[in-house]
Amino acid sequence: MGDVTVNVNNESKKKRSQLHDVWRRFRKSPIAMTGLCVVVFMVLVALFADVIAPSDGRNPGYDIHNLGNRFQAPNAEHIMGTDEFGRDIFARVVHGSRVSLLVGFIVVTFSMTLGVIVGAIAGFFGKVAENILMRFIDVLLSIPPILLAISIAAAMRPGMMSIVLAVGIGALPLYARVMRASVLTVKEQEFIEAAYSIGASKFRIIRKHVLPNCIAPIIVQATMGLAYAILWAAALSFLGIGIQPPTPEWGAMLSEGRMYIRDHWHMVMFPGMAIAIMIFALNMMGDGLRDAFDPRLKK
Amino acid sequence: MHKYILRRLLMMVPVLIGVTFVIFTLTYITEGDPARMLAGIQAPEEQVEQLREQLGLNDPFAVQYFRYITNVARLDFGTSFATGRPVFDEIISRFPTTMHLTAMSIIIAVLIGVPLGILSATKQYSVFDGAATFVGLMGISIPNFWLSLMLILLFGVQLGWLPTSGFDTPSQWILPSFSIGISSAAIIMRMTRSSMLEVLRQDYIRTAKAKGQKGSVIIFRHALKNALIPVITIVGLEIGVLLGGAILTENIFSIAGIGRFMVDAIARRDYPVIQGGVLLLALTFSLVNLIVDVIYAYVDPRIRSQYK
Repeated sequence: MGDVTVNVNNESKKKRSQLHDVWRRFRKSPIAMTGLCVVVFMVLVALFADVIAPSDGRNPGYDIHNLGNRFQAPNAEHIMGTDEFGRDIFARVVHGSRVSLLVGFIVVTFSMTLGVIVGAIAGFFGKVAENILMRFIDVLLSIPPILLAISIAAAMRPGMMSIVLAVGIGALPLYARVMRASVLTVKEQEFIEAAYSIGASKFRIIRKHVLPNCIAPIIVQATMGLAYAILWAAALSFLGIGIQPPTPEWGAMLSEGRMYIRDHWHMVMFPGMAIAIMIFALNMMGDGLRDAFDPRLKK
Repeated sequence: MHKYILRRLLMMVPVLIGVTFVIFTLTYITEGDPARMLAGIQAPEEQVEQLREQLGLNDPFAVQYFRYITNVARLDFGTSFATGRPVFDEIISRFPTTMHLTAMSIIIAVLIGVPLGILSATKQYSVFDGAATFVGLMGISIPNFWLSLMLILLFGVQLGWLPTSGFDTPSQWILPSFSIGISSAAIIMRMTRSSMLEVLRQDYIRTAKAKGQKGSVIIFRHALKNALIPVITIVGLEIGVLLGGAILTENIFSIAGIGRFMVDAIARRDYPVIQGGVLLLALTFSLVNLIVDVIYAYVDPRIRSQYK
């Protein structure tokens, strides 16, 4: 823990070298690097969706109905085939990455922010605040996440907002618990006592000394959480209470394709594969990050 | 031990009251008017207003919530808008199917996860370990609803070996249980592996090796017993995931369980059913976790001795 004490005196320099260490260890793991590359690739696909699969009338579009073209099996023109409206499935999968990543990032930002605040308050102040907040977290934890999501999504008009709340509130306990646990360890450290003794305010101590030292497990949790968010958002859309057609969302596409599964396998194959690859890559990255942040955990 | 169980049961009460509060509040703020749903779209406004008064929907939030929990305490979950039957009866009649599906998937998850985890840990860094770790990561990444569809495609449509809907005969159990169980099997495998690796580094294992004990005895008698303790907790937590998986899978395989009923209820805005279903499943989940914790305390002498 000696290096953490140094952290107070020489914060910026130390922080850079710690990140550098993490990156050095992360780079060594082939699994983690593969995950990172796939995630970067997916983000690029999402950013350049309009270039990769333009929808301008001449090209097979993700949103242009062409009933003469429906239910085509994968071929040279439509590498993933077409759906029941003759839309190109490849184009829809490409554009779907936008929706999934966007939903994922919003959900993670939402649940991480709330979770970190709840966990930090509970861990730092203890007593009454901790009791109330953690009992609330217990309540959320005792409802299986998909059920919580279903009841939230059912209470609202389906769409982006309902997904973010449904999945985000379901994921909140994970962040709150991780945060609380790390705050509890950090706040007993000597450098916190030192900060008190020089007269720093509680808010300043939390912001400047506690949070930066709790960030590692939260980053790991957020990477895994992104996978979780994309998965559950797709599940809700699959059930018909998330993103609604005609928006190209992977889960919703699976739900449409499911009706034609007996004759048109390609409609359920590719959107699901996209979800699986995305989540697989994020999990690989998350595993790698966890090992890189805390080499002691590596077995 | 009794004291421990009693204390845990008492601790469940405030949590469950909290659950009712969350669920009730969600329905309270919900868009849409239950009285309107019940009366029908064409019903005149006066009739809807009368129904609203009759159902107590005009009362303040606190009054409505209090009435709701006193009803719930008497197992009165209200009446389904769609079928007109009591929600409790509707859900209880579907309960065994959902539990059966969940139980089958837990069995599959444990039977696959634990042995693979042990093998992986005892042969650490071998090709098998690498492959198992990779497959495990894949297992937790494949969405179970997609896995269901892929299994239907392969075993139902292509090969024609297994039925793809219903849940009455053993051959109908296989696909749904596997599609839910696989991801939990992967998680249990990862947990068993890391917990086993930890235990294998302990001094008492070295002692057992030093005195010349056979490898299999060390693994099964000395290591496994201790390694399985954290695995029990994970299995308990996974039950919540499996219950959730059951909801999705029931819809895919047309299984007449709670999950399918609830998803149909969402489409029909049948709130009493959603409320009742979530509450009963949350209660089940809490009870299962209590049982898991009791088993945990029972198998771990360190915890057991605290409650002697």
